[in-house]
This record gives sequence, C-alpha cells and structure tokens, in this order.
Amino acid sequence: MAESQGEIKYLIFLGCAIPYRVSAYELSARKVMEKLGVKLEEMPEFNCCGVPMDPISHEMMMLLAARNLCMAEKKGLNIMALCPGCTGALKKVNTMLKNDKKLKEEINKHLKEDGLEFKGTINVKHLVQVLNEDIGLEKIKATVKKPLTGLKVAEHNGCHVLRPKEYMGFDDPEDPKILKALIEVTGAECLDYMDESQCCGAPVAGVNDRIPLQLTEEKLTHVKEVGAQALITVCPFCHMMFDTNQMRIERLFNEKFGIPTLHYPQLLGLAMGLTPEELGFRELRVKPTELLKQLGLQGS
Amino acid sequence: MSEQEKTEQEKIGKKIIQASELDPKFKYEIIQMHGGEKLLMCFQCGTCTSDCPVARFSDSYRPRQIIRMTQLGLKERVLKSNTLWLCAACFTCTDRCPQGVKVADVIRTLKNIAVEEGYIPPVFKELASSILDTGYAYRIPELRLKKREQLGLPPLPRGNPESLAKLFREMELKKLLEKEGE
Ligand code: SF4
Ligand code: SF4
Repeated sequence: MAESQGEIKYLIFLGCAIPYRVSAYELSARKVMEKLGVKLEEMPEFNCCGVPMDPISHEMMMLLAARNLCMAEKKGLNIMALCPGCTGALKKVNTMLKNDKKLKEEINKHLKEDGLEFKGTINVKHLVQVLNEDIGLEKIKATVKKPLTGLKVAEHNGCHVLRPKEYMGFDDPEDPKILKALIEVTGAECLDYMDESQCCGAPVAGVNDRIPLQLTEEKLTHVKEVGAQALITVCPFCHMMFDTNQMRIERLFNEKFGIPTLHYPQLLGLAMGLTPEELGFRELRVKPTELLKQLGLQGS
Repeated sequence: MSEQEKTEQEKIGKKIIQASELDPKFKYEIIQMHGGEKLLMCFQCGTCTSDCPVARFSDSYRPRQIIRMTQLGLKERVLKSNTLWLCAACFTCTDRCPQGVKVADVIRTLKNIAVEEGYIPPVFKELASSILDTGYAYRIPELRLKKREQLGLPPLPRGNPESLAKLFREMELKKLLEKEGE
C-alpha cells in the first residue's frame, strides 16, 4: 500500500549496532539495493528500536518502537531494517498494536504530546524478507554478473530473523530456507551443517564473557567441519561474534578457524560485480584473501 | 563449575524451600503481564531447558527451573538470581514449548520486576542511560560519524532527545538510572 506502482521504496532502519561497529553491512546493503532498484529513504527522527530496553521495561520498549513506527506512518512508507533485533521489536510492536485496541490507546496516550499517534498503516520487514518477497529470486538472479561458482559457504540466519515464529514467521525457524536460496542465487553453494539455527550467544555478552564465546566456537567448528569457506550473516551482532571475536576464540580454545564472515549483501554484491572495496571488505577482521583470490579478485 | 556459579546454584536450587518464602500471588502478577499469560500451563516437560543454548554451557541456568520457581512463588530467589540475566532471548524455548508458554517472555517479565525492585546489571543500566542521552543504545564515537561521511553514508538519524527524556520520566525510569552509584 505504501509503495507506489512499480517502484519499491522503503525507509531504512539502521538501529544502534550497525552505525556503532558494523558499517560494512549498511554500506553493502545500500549498494546492493541500489542495483536492485530499491529506493531507500532516510528518517532523521528514528531512535533506538527499543530492544535494549525490553529487559528493563517492556512498556518503554513498546514506546520506543511505537515512536519509530509513527515516524514511518507519517512518511507513509514501510520500514526495512537491517538488524534482526530491530526488525523483531518493530514487527512485534506493530502487530501487537494493530491487534490490541486497548494497548494501542495506552501507548498513544504517551505519544500524544509529541503529536504522534499509532494508526497501524505500515509494515516492517527485514532485509532478507524484502529481498525474498518484494524483489524475488528471479530478479536478483538477473543482476548477477559474476556468478560465484565453486564457492562453498554456510549461512547463519541469527535468531531474530526467524523467532519467535508468531511475529517473524516468514521462514521456518527449524529449517530455514530463504537465506540459503538467496545465497545460491549468487552461484555459491550453501552447505548444511549441524544446529544451523542455533543462537550465536551475542545477547549474553554483556553479562557473561564465556558462554557466548563457547556458543560461537561450537558453531564455527560445525561450519568448518562441513568445509565451508565462509560464513554468511544478516545480523550485526552475529557478525561481531563470528568475525570480530573469531581470533579471540581461536586463542581461547586453541583452535584455528580462519573462516571469513561476510554480510549477505557483500556476497551478493560480489556476484553483481561490485568491488570488495565498494562493499566495505576492508572492515572485516578475518580477511577473505583466499576466497577473493579464488574468485579472481583482489582484496582491499 | 566456577565459584560464582556454585554460589548461584546454592542460592537458587539447592536450598530447602521454606513455606514462608513463597508468595502465593506472584504467579497471578505474572499472568497479568504481556507474555506471561500462559505461565500456569507449564507441565515441566523440560523442552525449554533441553533446547536452550545457554543452558548447555551453564551449570546454573535452567529456564524450566525459573518457570517452576515462578509458579511456586519463590519471588525473592528468582528476582535476585543472576541467572535470570543469562537468557539470550533467542526464543527457541518459546517456539518449542508444547504448552504454548512464552518462556522467554516470562523471563523478561521477571527481569522487568527485578529492575523495579532494584536489581539491574550495570550493562543494562549503561544501555538505558545511553539511549536517554543519545537516542542510541551505544555511544557512537565522533570518529565513526566522520567515517560515515568518508564512506559516503548519509548522516545518522538523531532521534528526538527531549521527547525520549519525557518518556523516561513518565515511565519513572530516570529515577531508576540514578538510584545507586551516580
Ligand atoms: S517447554 Fe513449556 S511446558 Fe515444558 S517445561 Fe518449558 S515452559 Fe514448561
Ligand atoms: S530464550 Fe532464553 S531461555 Fe529460551 S532458549 Fe533462548 S536463551 Fe534459553
């Protein structure tokens, strides 16, 4: 409804983690969306999605999310979020407020003073969902100029792209298929591995420094065992666990993984013929040197 | 098992339960809250604990136990327990509970009540005060903002600090953030 005929337009929602640490995800996502003809608009009044407040105050989480939703409603545009955490909060609150009149009134009471009112006129999607539903595999395939044939990778969706099913629900959390299909469109092979949809542990990192690393270590072990040359993520937090922390994990567990972790749009971007430089490969801690060499590309 | 986890276990599980510790109304408080509605449906099958990624690597974190303690009304023990904060909110338990208990949401309601009673891990306090000050959960350094420009990325949304501050006041969260040590 919020899209004019033919043109796909979204308000991009960045959240906190991406501008804080993971610019390459944003950079590559913008580049890829441009190639796909998706117009991304900015909303200067967005604030934190609300998720970090949920353990402290569920009401405050809902209010922060609702504020963002109202901004998008004012613009008359749907939201595309890059971070699954943000997507989860915005989607959940959007659905809750659309379905619960009493709750909507309560929330609107707090927003009224700012001239805001939740009406329930827009939708929220994660990047993966936009790619799959609004653009579609066929159209994406048509933009692939340099198929990544011969490349073997694995995917890690991250919990909040898939769960809770009640609110996310666009892919099967037990056996997710969409990100895999999006990967295979690039020409790369996406390998199955043990416990694919298991959590990386990132949300616990603030209160426990051991468990998240153990969880990530286990996943990296499984990914390595099946012979994947890279891991593909669509979440800034998962990416920090697998990429930023990989060397630390190697030291701690006396292992050698050397598994580059790419943001999905970086992978797609390569297949579209964009350069590693344009796609922010410089930011990656685990350098994908071998992988780029295999593709006949220079690292950055 | 680490020392910290040992004391944690003693604190929550291994201590004899005194009837005087039980708050018989606690469970009714939880089922009134968003996500807590199905608490009483739990039949202790253990699916949540056996599928919980955190429980696999922790000697003390057991979602089933948290649910049972909540049903019993062991309010103090649950709210004071550090293990509450180990939940990664991955929602595996919620998706797999055969009784439709929103386990992760029940744990979140418990955290919310713990916060009201003054138990809040420093990291969450920091996140909240950063949101209050900047609109973002992390304090994004100037350097990063400059780098955005160099990369050709548009300026970051600035939110609306005054109206966030107002919401924090309305929700009585400002007080909480100042409560201790500030
Ligand atoms: S999975 Fe559900 S029913 Fe089973 S113990 Fe956990 S909360 Fe109770
Ligand atoms: S949401 Fe929390 S309790 Fe449930 S499986 Fe995930 S970490 Fe365990």
